[in-house]
Amino acid sequence: MKTVKNKITIKGTKDGLVFFMDDTCSFDELVADLREKIEHSHQQILSGPLIRVSLKLGKRYCTPEQQQQLTEIIRQRGNLVIHMIDADVISKEEAFAERLKSSFLLKTQTVRSGQVLEFDGDILLLGDVNPGGTVKSTGSIFVLGNLRGIAHAGTNGDNQVIIAAASMLPTQLRIADIISRPGEEWAENSGATEFAYVEDGNMKVAKMNFLHRVRPELGESKA
Amino acid sequence: MGIGIVVTSGKGGVGKTTTSANIGTALALHGQKVCLVDTDIGLRNLDVVMGLENRIIYDLVDVTEGVCRLQQALIKDKRFETLSLLPAAQTKDKTAVSPEQIEEIVTQLKREFDYVIIDCPAGIEQGFRNAVAGADQAIVVTTPEKAAVRDADRIIGLLEREKVGMPKLVINRVRPHMVKNGDMLDVEDILDLLAIDLVGVVPDDEYVIKSANLGEPAVMSHDSRASLAYRNIARRLLGEAVPLQPLEEKAGMFSKVRKFFGFK
Repeated sequence: MKTVKNKITIKGTKDGLVFFMDDTCSFDELVADLREKIEHSHQQILSGPLIRVSLKLGKRYCTPEQQQQLTEIIRQRGNLVIHMIDADVISKEEAFAERLKSSFLLKTQTVRSGQVLEFDGDILLLGDVNPGGTVKSTGSIFVLGNLRGIAHAGTNGDNQVIIAAASMLPTQLRIADIISRPGEEWAENSGATEFAYVEDGNMKVAKMNFLHRVRPELGESKA
Repeated sequence: MGIGIVVTSGKGGVGKTTTSANIGTALALHGQKVCLVDTDIGLRNLDVVMGLENRIIYDLVDVTEGVCRLQQALIKDKRFETLSLLPAAQTKDKTAVSPEQIEEIVTQLKREFDYVIIDCPAGIEQGFRNAVAGADQAIVVTTPEKAAVRDADRIIGLLEREKVGMPKLVINRVRPHMVKNGDMLDVEDILDLLAIDLVGVVPDDEYVIKSANLGEPAVMSHDSRASLAYRNIARRLLGEAVPLQPLEEKAGMFSKVRKFFGFK
């Protein structure tokens, strides 16, 4: 075996084979080594029953075409199934899209009965949420208006988020998996701008000037 | 080219048909050429309220199926020269026509009439989509009840997606003494929630029920309070600035004395 040219390390795990790809060589060298291993040197290991294969690209960025090329070489073996291709790096575009995804949504509308305003991130709504209307977000929800419907913040389980409203008159509030109705754990609207948060597994509502004490990190993470 | 106005509410029984009949008649009393279109196929009522049931020969579905021409299906109201009615079919259901067909009919009617008032069925399904298809404007009818206001809110949300622009609100069957006692939502509460323009408040009036049973729209009366409210709505639609009438009649000395002696 030509150990000098060994660019790919194959390891067996209980989920199948993992191909660790060297990320310092050129792509052509990588392809050459992959061909060598698949087509010649590793015949015995790479035949038999169906095996799932994961590709670990390390810090190499592969275009979709390059990924396709690698996939095709491995597919030559009928018993190898590509399970996933994983890299430690992403392109700038992808990174930017990712950042946009977890940013603010600024919206001016009345969320009426039967309507759902949903966003992956924080929502700032300049308008009312009417009874029967729903606002859902993975982050926090801020309503500059009357919140009369349902607000569900932290839909993917984040209970550090808050729901704030200029006028807090909701049918129901939900943060992560905690559901609360007015008049249960917290008193009805006091007329001031308020926010709801989770503490010790319970929903609490407090005046806005209390926010910096319970969630001081909320402002910093956005900066 | 006239204007197509759909009268809708979401919830049933809040007075869509009565409102359609009365606004249409009131506009006709102002000399406008008006056509009332009943899109509540299978549950037609507008012809009954207008007292024109016995004159139906062809209906909306006959027109869409090509059994007759549009002109043949129109019923001219003998009391008002400028008022016509296009009745709905009673034997079919909402799926018998498509939104495109209604849009085509309304477009044809708008060439001939100043106002085409489209009476929408309850609900948000096919019947609603049919009724909204040809409309340029929408009037949402609600009553001062939570359920009706909730449904009105839903309907406004759906209308925002259509081309009808911001709908106008009619609050129907308001009982002044209940509002005063805080037992009924007041106009302000409803407007605060729905956040659309108010075009009229109609007080609860037994005469409306009586007139509907007689087949004479309430606006034909001169002394009913609901009649005055409907006339004012028509004037507002025509662009006049008419202030809201006070809901409660001020009892004068004479009527108090009459009441004391048991005369009404």
